[in-house]
Parts: sequence; structure tokens; C-alpha cells
Amino acid sequence: MSLPLSAEDGRATRVTRRVARWVRRGGISTLVFLIPTLVVFGLFSWWPIARGLVLAFQQTNLVTAAEWVGLDNFRKVLADPLLVTAAGNTAWFALLALVFGYPAPLALAVFVRELRRGRALFSVLAYLPVVLPPVVAILLWRVFYDASDSGLFNTLARGLGLGPFQWLQDARSAMPSIVLEATWANAGSTMIIYLAALSGVRTDLYEAAEIDGASIWRRIVHVTLPQMRTILLITLLLQIIGTFQVFTEPFLFTGGGPANATTTILMLLYNYAFINGDYGGATALSVLLAVFLGLLSLLYFRLTRRWSTT
Amino acid sequence: MSARSEDRGLISAADRRRPVVRWTLGGGQALILVLLALAGLGPILWLAKAAISQPHDIAADPLGLWSGPPQWQNIETAWSRLRVGPALVNTVLIALGNWAVSVLVATTGGYALAILRPGYAKIINGALLATMFIPAVISLVPLYLTVLDVPIVGGSLINSYWAIWLPAGAGAFNVIITGRFFAQLPAELFEAAKIDGVGNFRMFTSLVLPLSGPIIGVVSLLSVIAAWREYLWPKLVLPDRAKQPLSVMLPSIRDNVQINLFMAGLLISVVLPIVIFLLFQRYFIRGAGLADGIKG
Repeated sequence: MSLPLSAEDGRATRVTRRVARWVRRGGISTLVFLIPTLVVFGLFSWWPIARGLVLAFQQTNLVTAAEWVGLDNFRKVLADPLLVTAAGNTAWFALLALVFGYPAPLALAVFVRELRRGRALFSVLAYLPVVLPPVVAILLWRVFYDASDSGLFNTLARGLGLGPFQWLQDARSAMPSIVLEATWANAGSTMIIYLAALSGVRTDLYEAAEIDGASIWRRIVHVTLPQMRTILLITLLLQIIGTFQVFTEPFLFTGGGPANATTTILMLLYNYAFINGDYGGATALSVLLAVFLGLLSLLYFRLTRRWSTT
Repeated sequence: MSARSEDRGLISAADRRRPVVRWTLGGGQALILVLLALAGLGPILWLAKAAISQPHDIAADPLGLWSGPPQWQNIETAWSRLRVGPALVNTVLIALGNWAVSVLVATTGGYALAILRPGYAKIINGALLATMFIPAVISLVPLYLTVLDVPIVGGSLINSYWAIWLPAGAGAFNVIITGRFFAQLPAELFEAAKIDGVGNFRMFTSLVLPLSGPIIGVVSLLSVIAAWREYLWPKLVLPDRAKQPLSVMLPSIRDNVQINLFMAGLLISVVLPIVIFLLFQRYFIRGAGLADGIKG
């Protein structure tokens, strides 16, 4: 071009050139490839998360426009006497799940790892409960927990000279009964994770320990477990985060009863949102739970940083 | 198992020669095998027996090994009269849609973010990672409201399978592991293709996808299993009984049907997962360590 360009024209040309170069280098096709991700995450992940953070401060009935209520939702949720019960039940669930479910898969994995034959058979048998859809497993265990004399577990207990028990109908045994099923349903997948982690344990350390005269038990404590600590710490945290969001088991086993003995935080949230239509209150509760879990994770990582790095 | 594990484990060859160790190991193995069989296989076998029993036999003698001739017609009755068959079809439809959306999002997104890497990829990657660290519970209610009235597009997805398929695709874990897999493919292949003037689309369909069988397999398995296990979400978005999958339909009929027919319904809904598991158990057991360990 021989004609002198004004500054504005020059800028316009530069922008046009840049766009042209972007197109030539495949900018448009890159964007086309991102459309499914952007649409799906935008509408069904990022937007709901952002909206949740706003909704916690609003009152809405879906008919009239949402109204800004500040911290009212949080005040209401925190003043709900059921919250203390639900938080206590959820913590009780998490504690029981830890006691029932944390050591068994680890012991099993360490044992199975030492087998010369049949490892696959042991793994398949342990993993079978994980394969059953949770709803089917829960509905089946409800039959096992039949409180009558001829219920399956009561028949087994009678063989041991015990019972009959009111498994799910008694406020004291309802939660342990639910946790027992949940442990049975999930132990297999934890065991498989540990088995995978065990294949990374340095075997020359076993040899060194043995030469030093360490017994098998001492080798487990001083060689196996320290090498697995990272994965052990992660599964512990994931289990706690998971149990704090438990819903299906108490919902289908007991509906939260008897006398709210198995109402968890998530069941409370479900009642807020989908029984009472209080979406603001429900979201405030979910924000509180998420903040609690976030703080718990932070604290956990701070406390365990010393152990998890070598 | 790897060669190294055969060399030595926790227990050495010398240990194994000691009687105490040999007996504990052997006895423990037998005991644990029996316990595992009881816990893993027992409930499924009991379910199979109850499904073809008379109701009074289940009630009177739950531990009886065999009681009366098998009632095969229970299966048929549950399939058609209790509508377990149609619910199974619904479950399969939901799983197929979840699979298609998850694989589409994971492969296209992974390709754009890990191979094409536009300047803004960092922002999107960050936004994807962030969703993995935010507990799912926070978006349950707003996601429900989103499905009730979809932003921009408008309209409600209630009673439509899209309400399950589309959110199922929004799994950051899938996009990220797929992207990582793509990034490990040899870079020279992409360089050579670029020099030959192959465009982004052809590179994706004839270079990246054919090499990505393993990761597509992992994403497929994870999405199909998740579809089969889901309860609360389909219950919320599919109030129409004719559209509900097994997981939602089974609890709703529990109190109104004979126990043996109900057990037949449960049996029908576990046959497919168990068969698929037994066929692919190698991949399940190898993949479970990966998936559960990271996803939680």
C-alpha cells in the first residue's frame, strides 16, 4: 500500500491481521473442539457452583423473583435444632465407618499380597460387593436386617445364641447397621487401591530388615506401612469427605429414623430443598458443609505434611 | 504379577520354611477365602435363590439351601408385570447417553487443551481443576434449578434423559486424564502431520483417536458404572415413572410386591453388572486403583 494510513486505520489493520493469523493457525477449529467442554461445564458445573454461592444468600420459591436476604439462610439453618442431631449422626457415621472399614482392607491387602497363588480369586471375591449397584445392595440388606425372628441375620444370631435384634428399628443399632452394609459395599475397592500401592513397596528394604533380624510383624510396621503412608493418608481423607456426604444409605434403609437417629446432613439438606422447597436454606447448608470439608482438608494436610514427605 | 514381586515380598523364602509361618499363612488363607466367599458371593447366591423361591420359604427358612421346586416364572413376572424390563432398558439408555457425552467431552476437550493448547487453555484447565476440589454437594440444589430452567437456551429438562446425560459429561477427571494421555503420545507424530498439512480435525479423527483406545476404555467404564450406580440425581430429575431407571424404580415398588418377585427384580438388575465385571475383571481391578484413588 502506498497511501499513508492514519493511526486508527493502522490499529484496525493490526487487529485484522492478528485475527487472520489466529484463524490461519487453527484458532477457530480449536474453539470448535472446546465447544462440548465449554457448554457442558459452563451450564452444568461452573454455573451451578457460582449460582449456589449466590443462592445461599437469597430466598426463592421459583415463582416470584429471588430476594436478597443476606445471612438469614445461614442463621435459620444454624438455629435448626435438627442440625446438631444431623451433624452428630454424620460424625458418628464417619467414625464408625473408620473403625469398621479402615483397618480391614489394609490387613487384607497386605495378606493377599503375600499369596503365591490365587491373588486374582481373592481380589474378585472382595470386589464383588462393589459391583452391585448401591440401591440393590441396600434393598437386599434391608431383607437381611428383617427384625422378625426369621430374618436372615437374626437366624444367624440365634445360631450364636443371640438376638433377635431390632437392627434398623432400634435407635442405637440403626446407624451401626447402616455402616456395616456401607463397609461391606466399599471395602473391596479400598483393598484394590492398597494392593496397587503395595506393588510399589521397595522389596530390598524387606531384605535389609530381615538381615537385621526384624520379624514379619516388625517389617510390616517399619517397612510396609511407612512406604504406604501417602496413599493411607489420602484414602483416610477421601473416606472422611465421602462419609460426610452420605445420603442413599440412610435414606433407603431408615429414611432418617427411628427418631432422627440416622438423619445425616445431606438428608437434612434434601428435606430443606425437595420436601420444603427452601432452596436458599438448602444451599446455605451445602455451603456450610463445603466450607467445613475444605477447612478439614486444609487442617489435615497441615497436620500430616510432616509425615507424608520423606 | 510383576517379576520383581516374585523375587521376594514381605515374607522371605526362609520365613516360608518355618512351620509357624507356613501354618499361619496356609490356615489364614483358607479362613480368609471362606470369609471372602461368604461376604462376596454369599449375598448374591442368596438373592438368586430367593428370586426363584416361594415367599413363605424365604420367610420361614432364610438359610435353607433348597426349598421346593424353582419358581422360574418369578423372573418372568418381575420382568413384565413389575416393569423391571422397561426400567432395565431405561438404565441402559441412560448409561449409553452418559457414555457418549462423557467420551465426546473428554476426547475433544482433552485434545484442545493438551495438544492444540490455545493461549487461554490455562484458564480453562484451572476452572476444570477447581471443580474437582469443590465438594459435589454444593451444586446439587443449583444444578437441579438449572435443569428446571436451563440458562440461555431456556426450557426444562425434567423428565428428559438429557438432564442426566449432560451433567454426566461434566467430569473434570475424565477430561484431565484424557488430556494427559494425549500429551504422552509421541510429539513427532503431530509435527509430521502438521508439516504434511493435516488439519486439526483430521489429526483428531485419524491420529489421536485411533491411538487412544486404552483411555477411551477407562472413560467408558467409569461413565457406564457411574450411570448404573446413580440414585439421587435420576430420582430428582425423572419423576415420570415410565422413564425411571432400575435404581429409582426398585425402591418405589418395594412395599407393594411379594418378596420373591422383588428379589427376582433385584436379581435381574445385578446380572448385567456382574457379567460385565467377570468378563473384564482384570481391567476393573487394575482401573479401580487409579479411579477411586484420585476421584473419591
